[in-house]
Amino acid sequence: MLAVRGEPPGDQESAAMRIAVCVKQVPDTEGRLRLAADGRWIDDEELQMVVNESDEYALEEALQIAERTGGEVVVFGLGPARVAEALRKCLALGAARAVHLLDDAFAGGDAMSTGRALAAAVAREEFDLVLTGSQSDDDGFGATGSVVAACLGWPHAWLVMGVEIEDGGTAKVTREMESGMNEVLRLRLPAVLEIQAGINNPRYASLKGIMQAKRKEIAAVAAADLGLDPGAVGAAGATLEVLSVAFPAAVGGAQMLEGDAATAAKALAEALQKEVGVI
Amino acid sequence: MAKVWIVVQHRDGKLHRMSREAVAAGQALAAALGGRGEAVLLGSGVDAVAAALAGYDLDAVHVADAPALADYTPGGYAGVLAAAVAAHGPSHLVFAHTYQSVEYMARLAHDVGGSLVPEIVSFEGDSEGIVWTRPVLGGKLTARVRATGPSPVLVSVQSGSFAADDAVAGSAEPCPLDASAAAVDREILGVEAAAEGEQIDLTAAEIIVAVGRGVGGADKMGAVEELAKALGAEIGASRPVIDGGWLERDRQIGSSGQTVAPKLYVALGISGAIQHLVGMKGSGTIVAINKDAGAPIFGVARYGIAGDLHEVVPELTAAILAAKEAAG
Ligand SMILES: Cc1cc2nc3c(=O)[nH]c(=O)nc-3n(C[C@H](O)[C@H](O)[C@H](O)COP(=O)(O)OP(=O)(O)OC[C@H]3O[C@@H](n4cnc5c(N)ncnc54)[C@H](O)[C@@H]3O)c2cc1C
Repeated sequence: MLAVRGEPPGDQESAAMRIAVCVKQVPDTEGRLRLAADGRWIDDEELQMVVNESDEYALEEALQIAERTGGEVVVFGLGPARVAEALRKCLALGAARAVHLLDDAFAGGDAMSTGRALAAAVAREEFDLVLTGSQSDDDGFGATGSVVAACLGWPHAWLVMGVEIEDGGTAKVTREMESGMNEVLRLRLPAVLEIQAGINNPRYASLKGIMQAKRKEIAAVAAADLGLDPGAVGAAGATLEVLSVAFPAAVGGAQMLEGDAATAAKALAEALQKEVGVI
Repeated sequence: MAKVWIVVQHRDGKLHRMSREAVAAGQALAAALGGRGEAVLLGSGVDAVAAALAGYDLDAVHVADAPALADYTPGGYAGVLAAAVAAHGPSHLVFAHTYQSVEYMARLAHDVGGSLVPEIVSFEGDSEGIVWTRPVLGGKLTARVRATGPSPVLVSVQSGSFAADDAVAGSAEPCPLDASAAAVDREILGVEAAAEGEQIDLTAAEIIVAVGRGVGGADKMGAVEELAKALGAEIGASRPVIDGGWLERDRQIGSSGQTVAPKLYVALGISGAIQHLVGMKGSGTIVAINKDAGAPIFGVARYGIAGDLHEVVPELTAAILAAKEAAG
């Protein structure tokens, strides 16, 4: 069943693209954070969980490519039971179905062990492209998609700001560089593209999409289903361990101007005039 | 035995600024482990860069010089380095945390069966080895981490964490490194500006009022524009403001945008992630207004107001106009 259908052949960019999108569920950390009792992460019990920002852009890009080529998008997510909510959201946006890597053995992974598990799940099907976000908003390794590519033996690009599927099994990819420049390059497919935030304008789920998502499949797979040794995934397969987290010590530290908005603003204007001399 | 490799990046015959910082970091790491670092250079026709590296206190400068390495490609670089790691057995590979290194270092870590610790800002040695510090959650927290996988350990050093001037001068011998394993996996077609059309040059501005996601939407910019007008400032922005289409891309400040150092930088509703800070922390005076008193932006600011920018900004504009009028 194809959830996203493109226009008739005349409008097609190239052959129908089958696209896997890897998404991560992360805590929304706007506002005050509390450390967990063991001091190794934040207490996320009360935090809202959301789809990682650059992954939303990756899903949108995949949906657009699938629509242009008459292809299909399958989302992959790894994590505890609550990750099904994130996958359901992706289904509401237009993905055809989802695969949930759900196993206690996957817990506590880093980019290396998580990338390995995702690659094993993706490799059970035929895909032309794997799209991921460039970096997660929590761990921020910026590496999981590259590990997926390494495991699959596919070329990849990080910080992708544009994708054009070409005839003949290649893609023209625009990649962000430092200081406001982009590099344009050509990759052979299949490939892994790690999408950067800002590449497109992610759509909102329609009511119809939300209703349809309820009937779409979320297939749970465990490490054993993927032929993976529990020692190779999750914390056991990770190459990095978090010992502790802390709020950064404010270096220098700002002089905080107290009082209500008017009082603080007045004090600031005075400082800008007398000490900085810009007024 | 510890053997620390510092893998450098270069352009137009010059070492990348962040690679000079990585040399300082790598030398410090090697010293902590009881050794001297070694530099690794990949490219085509890179004698000038090799000569610059030979001026540091290092055990060796390994140079892979081949036409296949003329343009950086992940497969070219990772291929050569994987073969070199197998041949020489370094314990650590230190990279600058640039868009180039980050792209291929995870692939390399996988290919050599090593450990990956991206984006470190410091490290310390203890009885069990090295503890690295890196930002998490957009810099709201720092994590202390240890590499638990096999050697080698691949780390990337975040911009501004080590001072390039701390790199120890000395002399090192360039020696050739086998480049035959380069497996070029992309064709480079060109380079273009990220923003379309005519670009605003924020680097020339004396005063910048910069808005972040906290401003809340394109429709909430009115009060900010009035503040900018009262100060005679240009308007800049953090990335989410640009990504959301609230302002044009040429107003982005940070690692992917412009690097500015105005006399006054007013950050409104910007949390202070490292990718933003690298683009503005050299500013003369930084002022931050943020409703979260714990936001990292206050760590680089001289003056801060913990409050709702929508309440503070109109008051600030009024106070500035009043002060101007009083001053005549
Ligand atoms: C490879 C890469 C490159 C990047 N390049 C850049 C770059 O060039 N430039 C850049 O800026 N970012 C860049 N980023 C993104 C960066 O990591 C951060 O995500 C971004 O800087 C966060 O922007 P922000 O501070 O506006 O948003 P947030 O981090 O969401 O912060 C919003 C802030 O607004 C405050 N706030 C909310 N409402 C109010 C209110 N009413 N009044 C006052 N305060 C309020 C909140 O407390 C919060 O601190 C890059 C990321 C990657 C991975």
